[in-house]
Amino acid sequence: MSQPRDKYTVVIGLEIHAQLSTKSKIYSRDSTTFGSAPNTNVSVVTLAHPGTLPYLNKKVLDYAIKMGLACNSEITRKNIFCRKNYFYPDLPKGYQLTQDKTPICIGGTVLIRTKKGEKYVKLNRIHVEEDAGKSIHQNEETDTLVDLNRAGVALIEIVTEPDLGSAAEAAQTMMEIRKLVRYLDVCDGNMEEGSIRCDANVSIMPKCSTVFGPKVELKNMNSIKQIKNAIEHEIDRQVGIVEAGGEIISETRTYDPATGDSIGMREKEELNDYRYFPEPDLSPVYVTDEWLDEIRNELPVLPEQWRTKFIEEYGLPEYDTGVLTDSREIAKFFNAVCQETQNYKAASNWVMGPVKSYLNDHKIGIDDFPLTPKKLAELIELIDSGKISYSSASQQLFSAWIKTPKIAALEIAEKLNLIQESDSDSLEEVVREVVDKFPDKVKEYNKGKKGLIGMFMGEVMKATKGKADPKITNQLLRDKLESVG
Amino acid sequence: MKVDKHTVRKLAHLSRLELREEDEDNMIKDLNEILTWVEQLNEVDTEGVEPLTNMSHEVNVFREDQVGEHLDHEKALKNAPKKDEDFFRVPKFLNQ
Repeated sequence: MSQPRDKYTVVIGLEIHAQLSTKSKIYSRDSTTFGSAPNTNVSVVTLAHPGTLPYLNKKVLDYAIKMGLACNSEITRKNIFCRKNYFYPDLPKGYQLTQDKTPICIGGTVLIRTKKGEKYVKLNRIHVEEDAGKSIHQNEETDTLVDLNRAGVALIEIVTEPDLGSAAEAAQTMMEIRKLVRYLDVCDGNMEEGSIRCDANVSIMPKCSTVFGPKVELKNMNSIKQIKNAIEHEIDRQVGIVEAGGEIISETRTYDPATGDSIGMREKEELNDYRYFPEPDLSPVYVTDEWLDEIRNELPVLPEQWRTKFIEEYGLPEYDTGVLTDSREIAKFFNAVCQETQNYKAASNWVMGPVKSYLNDHKIGIDDFPLTPKKLAELIELIDSGKISYSSASQQLFSAWIKTPKIAALEIAEKLNLIQESDSDSLEEVVREVVDKFPDKVKEYNKGKKGLIGMFMGEVMKATKGKADPKITNQLLRDKLESVG
Repeated sequence: MKVDKHTVRKLAHLSRLELREEDEDNMIKDLNEILTWVEQLNEVDTEGVEPLTNMSHEVNVFREDQVGEHLDHEKALKNAPKKDEDFFRVPKFLNQ
């Protein structure tokens, strides 16, 4: 059945603000520590006292360029800064010091994967600017409370083209960008603390049309899930209005995750006139070839590069590469394991399974994981050589070794009595005894009741207290049964 | 460019200034005089001249990413017309 929604093309563009993880702010030496007491990470520059001047933090540009290079953007060589003028209590200067005509990165793409396949989402620009302070509106208060700790913290604003066709694509884009800033170590990517924030411009137009509908800007989405829900809700809202013969008003709406609804924020949009002009207090920034090369050399292996390597060199399935490249640290760790073992799929299973759940359970990062990649490879080797079974390795040896990583795995396995009987000579002995014990069953087996192998297997396991290597035992049993038959 | 009543009102709004109606005419006159005076610059031939955005000819004036001294919290709040122990206080500006 055709839904009203199917009649429309959805057009979404994102504006993503990422707080750069510099120690000090963009134009002053104030600390950027999150969670400090209100109005303590401030200076005369942040508070816009008369006569104070901005002093540019070089690292902010390094980080912005890094992000641009990772997205294949063109880097602007001659940068100037601009004042974006508006009055708001959390903006002490009365203008935001930002970039307008010369964003430091132009164009570029971010690769996303959805059910529809791969897509290079086009970026419009990435520019640097300062964050505003925080306004706190409490119901029981008649005043708004202003905390200026955040004012002046360095941001990059990543602006996509109106290139996204669904809430799923928008959410995926946000996820990829968050992954990228974390890989590059330019932002901690924490959405709950507001380190990375997303506004979405959403509009719809009839399927046959090429003229964009009026756009609505959605704010206040603090998780990937909220981005998805808020955009879905907005599409439904717009389709509902148009289907009912109404008109969409271009406005800013804030999403309330508690109700799943959105509320219009400002009505007088036509008065939004920022009167940009060049900042006279900051000298221009020229990006040289040397500077670019320096940053290019610092670029880590990016998720796409890992992915290609994991597929082409290690022969891993698509799903595995997605999980393993989710964070730079995991990807690096997994790759290190693969330097120590040839069994790449087993390495992948270990990292995606027991290792990741250990990290989750203990709320630690892979850097604090007690076992080295080499040790994990040893574990895989112990299984592959038949000394211990996968189940005893993953259920017992793994957690025991984590507690005492300095002791050799084999020693622990012996102590826990996990070593499998795979010595063929002694196993053959057991197999012979078992087969001799049940002459009737042997006859039945050789008459075609092959399922009896399970019974023999069980007997061998009983005799060896479960330590017989199942593969070898199976082979020995078959050989023996057929030879007596 | 000519400044009219509409422009003056818009500017006043953007600047968060309250302009009495009797002052508007004076403001229009003043602004127009300033603009006319500045418009003399249009007579200069600027063909092929890069726009100047900064009086100093320096480029790439940076500092390293280091935290410096902060303003003492009490001092930071001192000049605010309204404050409490922690925050600047302003009239509530968001109705929800």
